[in-house]
Amino acid sequence: MSLLSVHDLRVEFATPDGIVKAVDGISFDVERGETLAIVGESGSGKSVSNLAYMGLLPKGKTKITGSVTLETDNGPVELIGMEPEDIRKIRGKDIAMIFQDPMSALHPFYSIGDQLVEAHQAHNKVEKSVSQERAIELLTLVGVADAKERLRAYPHQFSGGMRQRVMIAMALMNNPSVLIADEPTTALDVTVQAQILKLIADLQKKFKMAVILITHDLGVVAGAADRVNVMYAGKLVESASVDELYAKPKMPYTVGLLGSVPRMDRPHEDRLTAIPGQPPSLMKLSGGCAFAPRCTRKSEVPGNKCETTSPELIQISTGHYSRCHLYEGKTK
Amino acid sequence: MSGLLAYVSRRLAVTFLILLAVSFAVYLIFAFLPFDPATLTCGKNCNDPGIIEANRIRLGYDKPFYEQYWVFIVGLFAGRNYGEGAAAIHCAAPSFGYSFQQHACVTDLIGEALPVTLALAIGALVLWLILGIGLGVLSARFRGRVLDTASTIFVLIGTSLPTFLTGLMLIIFVVIKWHLLPFPAGGYSSPFEDFPGWLNTMILPWITLAFAYAALYTRFVRSQVIETSTEDYIRTARAKGLSEGLILGKHTLRAALAPIATMAGLDFAGLMGGAILTEAVFNLPGLGRLSLGAVLDYDLPIIVATTLLAAAIVVIMNLVLDLVYAFIDPRVRV
Repeated sequence: MSLLSVHDLRVEFATPDGIVKAVDGISFDVERGETLAIVGESGSGKSVSNLAYMGLLPKGKTKITGSVTLETDNGPVELIGMEPEDIRKIRGKDIAMIFQDPMSALHPFYSIGDQLVEAHQAHNKVEKSVSQERAIELLTLVGVADAKERLRAYPHQFSGGMRQRVMIAMALMNNPSVLIADEPTTALDVTVQAQILKLIADLQKKFKMAVILITHDLGVVAGAADRVNVMYAGKLVESASVDELYAKPKMPYTVGLLGSVPRMDRPHEDRLTAIPGQPPSLMKLSGGCAFAPRCTRKSEVPGNKCETTSPELIQISTGHYSRCHLYEGKTK
Repeated sequence: MSGLLAYVSRRLAVTFLILLAVSFAVYLIFAFLPFDPATLTCGKNCNDPGIIEANRIRLGYDKPFYEQYWVFIVGLFAGRNYGEGAAAIHCAAPSFGYSFQQHACVTDLIGEALPVTLALAIGALVLWLILGIGLGVLSARFRGRVLDTASTIFVLIGTSLPTFLTGLMLIIFVVIKWHLLPFPAGGYSSPFEDFPGWLNTMILPWITLAFAYAALYTRFVRSQVIETSTEDYIRTARAKGLSEGLILGKHTLRAALAPIATMAGLDFAGLMGGAILTEAVFNLPGLGRLSLGAVLDYDLPIIVATTLLAAAIVVIMNLVLDLVYAFIDPRVRV
């Protein structure tokens, strides 16, 4: 059984203009020690899908259905529909998160020691000094020098990269089995990005965590992930191992995404190709493929099918899935 | 720590300069208002030039403006004598001058009025902070529900009603019609002599003032809490698995209430200039009533003194607020 198993997860927001299907029935599994990258544009549902089962979306006007099971020390638990107090005990303990902007993600008024200790105290009934020891241990582990002294420092006294290291230390305080990294390097300098990604990879090996890496940066994905889920308009449109995806992308959207990434091994006369058009409004989705209005290959599918029928996720080869009419009937 | 000390002394020096400038501006009242202070000293129907001229010399109004101002400043530090011999009047330092209408040193008059206004302002502040923060947090927490709507109505009433109306209605209903409180004895008694009597005198003025301010604070706290709860660091706190109580009580409130400290400090300083309407309605002998009386009687030395005092409180409060803010927010620490 997988460590984290997401099945037919749907997230709908009620807005004054109608219902927005932010996540429209996605399913995936994450195994222990594996890094799953979730790639997509803003509004594709990549963040929302993970915030949803963590219970971090605003209540009231949000409807979450489907099933997300997590393997814990006490056996498998279903996260969807869990009582707030029960999901709170999972958050930060079994599943930890780090976010995009480490400046705004740390509380500016409290010392980092305070914030680290608090994360430990929330799930362990131990003396504060024990939590403090744990904080020093983890700060050292993520590469903060003089950890004991730095506990008293405030977030604004750290650089961006150091702050993200503090965030990572905070996420690991309770030895989580899953780490969700939501655009962890987007707000950082390119040189620091690489350091942070390497740090996450090292810690993942050390603690045997599963990492869910949410990003729009395919450069980040190439070096860090084992498997990639590509999302578009709330749906999973392609899923494959990272090597397979980069070598043989199938869905035209994935092809377009890869074409828009600058690469060292490409002739420098080549221009980057942009995907024409804009992502669709999630409120005005037609019955057809959500990508059809921007797709350059829809004419290859007979009978205007792309505009009228939403394609299913089909297996192209072992472990490679794609949601595109082009490949129907060509599966192995 | 030495950095803090240097900072405070620098700020105190600036404060002193500001107050000097304010005092000069205020003292211009003597020079440019179309009243002759010496004529005013001998009452409304006084036409005896002899008395007027004698008073003019006695009070120093015969000297040129800049010299009067200098004497005033010196008097602040060294005290001041009016007249000579047996009839001489001594006002001890810090002397703000001599009220020729009330026949008393202005400093003594202020000394009597200040505790009243202080008691009024502190009591009201405590009340409106409890009410405003409590209601604000609750209506943010239960946004869009009955409690929130009820507090919106409270805010509307609180901000619309002028304090003199609230005050009079409280007296009419609470004291006269419903007999919930005994009729307060006139004037003001010190809490150290008659605590229940003092409480009885102050409770309605506190409620009157607090009602108006609490309404504003409720609105402000509500929007602050709502805004803060969308911050990334609140999401982090939630992602860490902290309890909702800790998230609200520690993470949200600290950030949301920081600007409220500034607001409360300035409003408090403003009230220390005298809550004129409230003091008038409840017949409290505070700074507001002292200023009001002085304005009506053209009692210039009192006007100068209360204006200067109000300015001083605002300027010093600003310094205190900056220090408090540094304590709340580590980013502004020197």
